[in-house]
This record gives sequence, C-alpha cells and structure tokens, in this order.
Amino acid sequence: MDLFHNLAIGFATAAQPANLLYAFFGCLLGTLIGVLPGLGPLATIAMLLPITYALQPDAALIMLAGIYYGAQYGGSTTAIVVNLPGESSSVVTTIDGYQMAKQGRAGVALSTAAIGSFFAGCVATLALAALAGPLTATALLFGPKEFFALMILGLILASVLSSGPFIEGIGMVVLGMLLSLVGTDLNSGSQRFAFGIPQLFDGLDFVPLAMGIFGFAEIVKNLEQDDKLSLVTQKITNLFPTRDDFRRMVPAMLRGTTLGTLLGVLPGGGAVLSSFASYTLEKKLSRHPEQFGKGAIEGVAGPESANNAGAQTSFIPLLTLGVPSNVVMALMVGAMNIHNIHPGPEVMTKNPTLFWGLIASMWVGNLMLLILNLPLVGLWVKLLTIPYRYLFPAIMVFCSIGVYSINSGTFEVYEAAVFCVFGYILIKLQLPAAPLLLGLVLGPAIEENFRRAMVLSRGDATVLLTSPISASLLAAAAIAIILIMLPTIRARREEALQE
Amino acid sequence: MKGLAIRNHRAFASGALFLAFAIFFFVTALQYPAGTAAKMGPGYFPRLLAIVLAAIGLVVILGAMKPAAGREALRAWDLNGLAWITGSVILFGALLFPLGLVGALFVLIMVSSRASHEFTWIGALTNAAVLIVLCLAVFVYGLGLPLPVWPSLLN
Repeated sequence: MDLFHNLAIGFATAAQPANLLYAFFGCLLGTLIGVLPGLGPLATIAMLLPITYALQPDAALIMLAGIYYGAQYGGSTTAIVVNLPGESSSVVTTIDGYQMAKQGRAGVALSTAAIGSFFAGCVATLALAALAGPLTATALLFGPKEFFALMILGLILASVLSSGPFIEGIGMVVLGMLLSLVGTDLNSGSQRFAFGIPQLFDGLDFVPLAMGIFGFAEIVKNLEQDDKLSLVTQKITNLFPTRDDFRRMVPAMLRGTTLGTLLGVLPGGGAVLSSFASYTLEKKLSRHPEQFGKGAIEGVAGPESANNAGAQTSFIPLLTLGVPSNVVMALMVGAMNIHNIHPGPEVMTKNPTLFWGLIASMWVGNLMLLILNLPLVGLWVKLLTIPYRYLFPAIMVFCSIGVYSINSGTFEVYEAAVFCVFGYILIKLQLPAAPLLLGLVLGPAIEENFRRAMVLSRGDATVLLTSPISASLLAAAAIAIILIMLPTIRARREEALQE
Repeated sequence: MKGLAIRNHRAFASGALFLAFAIFFFVTALQYPAGTAAKMGPGYFPRLLAIVLAAIGLVVILGAMKPAAGREALRAWDLNGLAWITGSVILFGALLFPLGLVGALFVLIMVSSRASHEFTWIGALTNAAVLIVLCLAVFVYGLGLPLPVWPSLLN
C-alpha cells in the first residue's frame, strides 16, 4: 500500500544518524523549555530559526518539530509535580495532576501523562500520514479564489478561537496583514511602506517581530508578576498505574486522542484548545464528576493525550495546504522559507523524503520522549529551582544573538526592540498577538491569490461566491462569525478560552 | 445623549490603536496607484485592508462607549522594566561592532538584569560570566556563526 511505502521512506529518513540526533536534541530542548515557565516553544523556535541555516532542511524541521511536541511533555511534568504549568497547554493538567501528586500518586500521574502522550502521538502520526495524501490531492485542485477563501476561513477561525473579544482578534489579523505588505510589491516591483529604508525592501522579517513580542515583551510582563515559587518536591515512587487506573484512563486517552486529532487540524486549534476541550468532555462524561479537581486520573489522561495529538495534527494544514493553523506553525513556514521550501501541496511531491521524514520523526521523537521523561523527572524538577532573575538574561542573550544572525546585521536587533515596546502595549491592552502573526505570515499569499482571482474574473468579486469550493469555504467562515455573535455561544466561548 | 462616556478604557484604547494604524496605512497607501479591481495596482489591497481595519477600530471604540459595556480600566504600566529590557537590546545592537560580542553581551546581561526586583551585582556578574562563556562555546566555536568576538580596534 502507498501509505506504508511512504512511511517506509519516512522512517528511512528519520533513522539517519544525523536526523536521529537532531530529533533527540529537539525533544530534549523542547522538554527543557516545557519545564521552564516563561519560555515557550514559540520564543525557542524563533531563537533557533537563524541557526537552522547551517543544517540540512529535513534535520532543521525535525528538530523544530521536536521542540514543539517535546514542550507538551515537559509542560505536563511541572504541572503535575509542582502545580505549575510550564506551557499553556498543560494548564488543565494542574487541576487533577497536582492533586494526584499531593495524594502521593505523582508517579502514576506522570506515567499516565507520558503513556497518554505517546499513544496520542502514535495515532496522530498515523492520522497525518493517512490524511496527507487526500488533502494534498484536494489542494492541487484549488485555484487562486479557493486558496483565498481557505485562508480567510483559517484566519477567521483563528480569531474565533483566540482569547479575548472576537472583533479584536480580527482587528489583529488585519493589522498583521497590513504589516505584511511592507516591502517590495511582487507584481509591480514598487516599494510599499518602506520609507526608503533598504532593510525593509524585503519586508518585515517576522523573526524579530515574534522575538520582540513573544520573547522580550513577555519577559517584561513576567518580571512584573514576580511571584515566588514554593516547591513541594517529594520523592517520586511507584510509576505504575493500578489495574483500576488503567480501566479509567484508557477510555479517556482514546477520547482525548480523537478530540485532539480533530481539533489540531482546525485552524486556530492545536494543543491548548485540545486540552481544554478534552477536560470539559471528560468531566461531562464521567460518572463521578465530583472527583474532578480532587485527583481524577481521567483529568490527566484525557487532556495530556489531547494536547499531544493536537500539537502533531496541527502540522496537517501546514504541510498539505500551506496554511499554518497556529503561531508555531507560522514559524515553521519561516523555517521552511529559509531553506527555500514553500509549504503547500508541492512539498509532498517535490520533497517526499522531507515530508515523510518529518512525519516519521514525530513517532521516533515520541518514543524518545517516553524514555527521556520518566527516568529524568527528578532532573527536570530541579531545573525549576533556577531563579527567574538568572533565566531571563539567558533568554535575552539567545534572542539577541538569534535576531542578529538572521542577516548578520544590527537592523533586526533594533526591529526586535521596537516590537518589544509594541508587544508590551498589546499585553497591556490584552490584545491577542497570535492572530497578528498569522495575518503577517498569510498576508502576502492572500493578496497574491486575491489579485490573481480578480484578474481571472476581470474584476468581478462575485466569482468568489459562484465557485462552489470557495463559496462553501466562505460560507463556513460566515457561519463561524454568526455563531460567535450569538449571546449563549459567546458566553460559553469566553468561559472555555479563559486561562 | 446619556451614557456616551468611555466605559471600557481598555477596549477604547485598543480601538484607537486600530484606527491610528488604519489611518497611517491608508494615508501612506495614497501614494501608490490603486488601479482597478481587474488590474490592481500596489495601492489597492492596502487601501482595502486599511478601510476594514478602520471599520473594526470604530466598532471596538463604539462598543467601549455603549451604556451596556462593562467597566474596565487600563492596566498599570511598568515603564522601568520595559526601559531596562528594551534599552539593553538597543545597546546590544549599538555595541556589537565597536565592542565585539563579549563586551556587547556583558552590557546586555548587566543592563537587562536591572529589570528584576531581585537584582544583585554578584548574581548578575556571575550570570554574565557563565552566559558569555556558554555563548562563545555554542555560537562562535560550536556553530561557527560569523560574530565579531573582540572590539574592532584590536583587529
């Protein structure tokens, strides 16, 4: 069968010693930053992007992907042991995971999280492999108007699913698209919004922007909060769940995995949304809802499976349609661009080893994480004792060197400083930065497809509504907007997206 | 009209931010030829987006002034922390070539460390020493990034 043939190519690529090494390195780094609060996969991937210049494209992407799903593992470790979510996707794990730890069942909670994540990772890898072919085939039928409609749908869904009022999320998307227009207009060759600054002719690089907003401004925010951590470190004994634990966690894992796999594909979805949705589902379905919040194993098994599945399947829209579904995926677009690979349906046909190698490496990476995490829990927890005052200058240093290395020039460093101030304003106004970055990444493609579609239709905008594919995509976007405006759904969304 | 006061200051400021960017982009885009829908010039799409953003900004501003809007104040700003962090990044950019990586990193670490309430000289100096050695090992000798290590006068 094709699927197995393709997976075989993938495993052959992923098993090359260099790629194994980078997958391991990515998983290790991902776990590390997942453990450390205040440093997320976003800033880390942004920091490492310039460094991946030196690597082979498949090694680079394998490492960056490892950071993303590795962070999901690391985040859950600290959530369980010290009640501190290292990542926003493990916020819900603190609820029941930490309670289990207090009852002396930290080991069981940790292995539940690890087994759930590993199982979800395996299923998501298979889902990715199975869905890639059909989706790519569909994408090849798409013309400019269909791509335009698809990206609009993606951006609308991303704003619907981001925190804060929907209208402000959309505003951030549009602002991001406007910022993406800075630089040379590819159709006419003229400069837009560059104000004669040669460094802007190629457009605003999004690495300094991401670093300013998610690296530097985030540090300023964290320093304002300076809350002291009280570490309750205890010996972790007995990693093995009992027979009763297994009976309760297996169905939760299956449900969490299914939910995460589906939500990950959705634009704006991914790990965070999946974990929250899974916790709500488990609590609703449970025969003992009163146990939730008091150490219910389902409350760990479900969300931990869901966030890992979601993290992995969010690669599907990126690799097949070229549409990043969340900000980390937007950074992956940047990583691919560095190596002259343009995400979209052509990746699978033009770079099959890269495509399938990346997918297979996710399975390999999950296996590494399983082995890496359980025995090393003590070490990870020790890392938490590093005070933030030593940690944040290190983040500053890596970010600054990373930004400089993009072009070996200081212009990008100043750009990051400007976006640090801008990011701080966004934090104070509680405006979500993720939609801005998605708008920035998708902006050029949206303009390009819009202009092409209009040329083909001789300026008739109704063509977007008369082609069945683009009409149904735009209809889906319209339905999402109408739904979000309904008062009851609005209230429930605010409840669900609250962190 | 009764109740047309700014009730939600956070949303009002957000809307004003959108509106300001929209005006800036629209006015700048007026220099670029718009063309027609069938043959768009470089100015067409920016104008379209700027109009959309302006409309969103107005909706957000009006929403903040609705009598039904919840009261929300602007959050307090910590300009000190922002100044130390942003300043340290700018200094790093400015000093990298004259001072070289070692000197610029030292300034970056010392200045940014001041942003913490728990700043101590010994802690920051130790941290700087460790991080500089680490960076030299990883970026300069390990990855071989083209970075000026020592002051340009010495070369």
